[in-house]
Amino acid sequence: MARFTPHTEEDVREMLDVIGVETLDDLFADVSPKFEGELGLPPALSEYEALRDVDRLAKENVSGLPIFLGAGAYDRIVPSTVGAVISRGEFLTSYTPYQPEISQGTLQSIFEFQSIISELTGLDVSNASVYDGANAVAEAALMTARLTKRDPKVAVSRGLNPRYREVIETYRVEVVELPFEDGTTNFSEVPDDASGVFVQSPNFFGVVEDIGAASEAAHGVGALCVAVCDPISLAVLEAPGNLGADVAVGEAQPLGMPLLFGGPYAGYMATDGKSVRQLPGRICGETVDKDGKLAYVLTLRGREQDIRRAKANSNICTNQALTALAATVYTALMGPEGLREVAELSVSKAHYLADRLRASGLELRYPDAPFLWEFVVELPDVKRANEALLDAGMVGGLDLGDGGMLVAVTEKRTKEELDAFVGVVADAG
Amino acid sequence: MLDNLIRTKGREGRRGYTLPKNDVGETDLRKVLPKEALRKEGPRLAEVDEPTVVRHYTNLSRRNWGIDTNFYPLGSCTMKHNPRANEVAANTPAFAGLHPLQPEAQAQGALKVMHELQGFLSEVSGLPAVSLQPLAGAQGELTSILMVKKFFEDNGDDGRTTVLVPSTAHGTNPATASMAGFAAKEIGLDEHGCVDVDELREMVDGTTAALMITNPNTCGVFERNIKEISDVLHEAGAFLYMDGANMNANLGRMRPAEAGVDVMHFNLHKTFSTPHGGGGPGCGAIACSETLAPFRPDPAVERDGDIYSFVRPAGSIGRVAGFHGNFGQMLRAWNYIKMHGPDLRDVTDMAVLNANYVRARLGGTYGVPYDELCKHEVVVQPPKGMKALDIAKGLIDHGYHPPTIYFPLVVKEAMLIEPTETESKETLDDFVGALLELAESNAEELEEAPAHAPTRRLDEARAARQLKARW
Ligand SMILES: Cc1ncc(COP(=O)(O)O)c(C=O)c1O
Repeated sequence: MARFTPHTEEDVREMLDVIGVETLDDLFADVSPKFEGELGLPPALSEYEALRDVDRLAKENVSGLPIFLGAGAYDRIVPSTVGAVISRGEFLTSYTPYQPEISQGTLQSIFEFQSIISELTGLDVSNASVYDGANAVAEAALMTARLTKRDPKVAVSRGLNPRYREVIETYRVEVVELPFEDGTTNFSEVPDDASGVFVQSPNFFGVVEDIGAASEAAHGVGALCVAVCDPISLAVLEAPGNLGADVAVGEAQPLGMPLLFGGPYAGYMATDGKSVRQLPGRICGETVDKDGKLAYVLTLRGREQDIRRAKANSNICTNQALTALAATVYTALMGPEGLREVAELSVSKAHYLADRLRASGLELRYPDAPFLWEFVVELPDVKRANEALLDAGMVGGLDLGDGGMLVAVTEKRTKEELDAFVGVVADAG
Repeated sequence: MLDNLIRTKGREGRRGYTLPKNDVGETDLRKVLPKEALRKEGPRLAEVDEPTVVRHYTNLSRRNWGIDTNFYPLGSCTMKHNPRANEVAANTPAFAGLHPLQPEAQAQGALKVMHELQGFLSEVSGLPAVSLQPLAGAQGELTSILMVKKFFEDNGDDGRTTVLVPSTAHGTNPATASMAGFAAKEIGLDEHGCVDVDELREMVDGTTAALMITNPNTCGVFERNIKEISDVLHEAGAFLYMDGANMNANLGRMRPAEAGVDVMHFNLHKTFSTPHGGGGPGCGAIACSETLAPFRPDPAVERDGDIYSFVRPAGSIGRVAGFHGNFGQMLRAWNYIKMHGPDLRDVTDMAVLNANYVRARLGGTYGVPYDELCKHEVVVQPPKGMKALDIAKGLIDHGYHPPTIYFPLVVKEAMLIEPTETESKETLDDFVGALLELAESNAEELEEAPAHAPTRRLDEARAARQLKARW
């Protein structure tokens, strides 16, 4: 019998009688072609045995070491409260809040998530999340085409996370590459038929870009400016909405989501009030119930696939509600000061590390470019440095394949770890 | 109007979390960043203490229903029990702390989980190749259709401009076809609610890239002509894609490959019990034939002896996710399948038993437009003069999450009931009892329902008219 099924043989017998068939097989009389063999899967394990396998495989990963990898996913502190809230069954085991009367918990938490994203980005409306940062970027690319009524064509530089760019391309949007010099993008020559201009800040190499210049360039050719921002950075950097960006998107993973080998994370998207009808995905709005009591409900549903079908803004249905809730709880715990402190700690530690590396004779690739917590250090042999780091019990930075190592430093790293990193890298170099 | 948002519960200067002290000396942001880049006004966020945060979100959760609290027969969504062992698996520190860009050699455990899960899904579908990367069902659809598109492009066949979609299809199907750059053409149904094969024969031609079929379809009826349908498509050089959201009806009873399916998606968050989380995250893994395998997203996991690695399939459509997909959901589904093995067939048997039981018990009082064997779900209609919406809201007062309503679109006042296999006969009897009672109730009074939920019916038009989507 199936493991999580309550039925006894008598239950099954009684139910088959009511249905008017003899056997369970009869319930599949209409199925053709039938599969009549046994599934070639390993024999069923008890919970205890299955979890023992989980532990066994977990040991085959290198884990528990200080991590200097970033490049779109960051090893940040996740407060215990986040996990406690999102494992509440009422949140965990519910689905899309189509029945608002019994989904106010999810709906209000989405409303709070949207509010947080609006506050951070300086843009009026946010959606309830999309799959991840890369998909937020790709959806934004499509959105610029709808809003400008142009063919989807976006201008990006190497400063955009290459994985984001790849997803844009998978979505069949034309990509034009802007020049990238000394760590920042040159926006002076944007094609005049572009639908969007993308600026990631801090960019893939950790450098803070000029969102104002990007938006001026975009608006100059009638395109939209899309800013791609790490939400933690927005605690200290000017909100993209205040710098002329029309759309802001990004990866919400740094807000309380474990690394978990790449997901689930959550993508966020925000835009100004006039563009809201072109946002993909769900939007939660405030309203009242029959008694005039304030309540929340999914709104502007005419944009979505279940209503508009082939003409919908996007096919997205299930999004990342639970991880968006994690971001909401994380931000509540941190507050504006806590977020700023996370950012400042990371900046302090990253700059300490960069200074120490320089002092040991190594060079940063973009020595004059402003950065927060991620930077590129030039090494004679990145691969060897990473091997040496692993031997010393650390996970090194991203090997860029061109002599550069992209190093990320979060609030989790201690002085001791940073000093050890310098020691190993300087030696291996 | 007074709201109850987290932001109203704080006071300037309160903090909910203490961070480690700065042990390296402070870097002044003003010294390392240009002045224009610095934020002038801080975000207006809640300033609250941890106890307040816990109480706020705990109380919010109590205004929500989940499978844990109530029977939740939401058709097409497979709201089955979510085993807690899956959560333990996904929260294992050596997985939770793994960075997606750690070299493969440092992530062999994770890669092995992915490789095994690929194998499990391959076995369940009969299809040889799998990609776990799509982040939800709709993205699995898009991935599949983009793979079909890439196949034709790489074969120099640029005349394939349409994708056929039955009128019963979930909204994500036509939306996917459009997003992939195809014209979505709707195809009609026969008297069983299944794809009309005669119409199909007329519609299929050299412009057809694929048909998107859902099996069992969204009426809960098995598409009994699926083999013939795939033959028609294959003769025209087109592909059969299967929306596998309803795989809970097929495990160990039908394998899509044997029905001629070329590519399909799974919803791990339905069939394999990963929690729905209030609307995600999901995982929309796909499985496909050898012909389409080279077009899978980058990367797939391969095994060489004892070594697992990521590889880019030769003609890959590219990436559909930033990293490797929703790995946490993969771990959960993998654990679930390991706890079932070949007994997965019992899951399907019990799911189908439960749905047919509800069908048999409701028939006579509720309309059953396709009153024949159903699979894991059944579509019914309220008695004459009553609305699906009112019955749904009435069910809330009886303590049941309503079924899916007004979908599939082809059935008027549709109520799509999917009990799943994890519900007992007693629960189903009580639920049927409630529906039978509601059928007798005064239609006008029912318009007042729900009366015992956290809120009453909402003014949905107002939410759109006076959009307020933030504090
Ligand atoms: C039949 C069907 N197809 C596709 C989907 C889309 O799946 P997802 O919501 O995971 O994107 C759903 C469910 O939502 C569905 O019921």
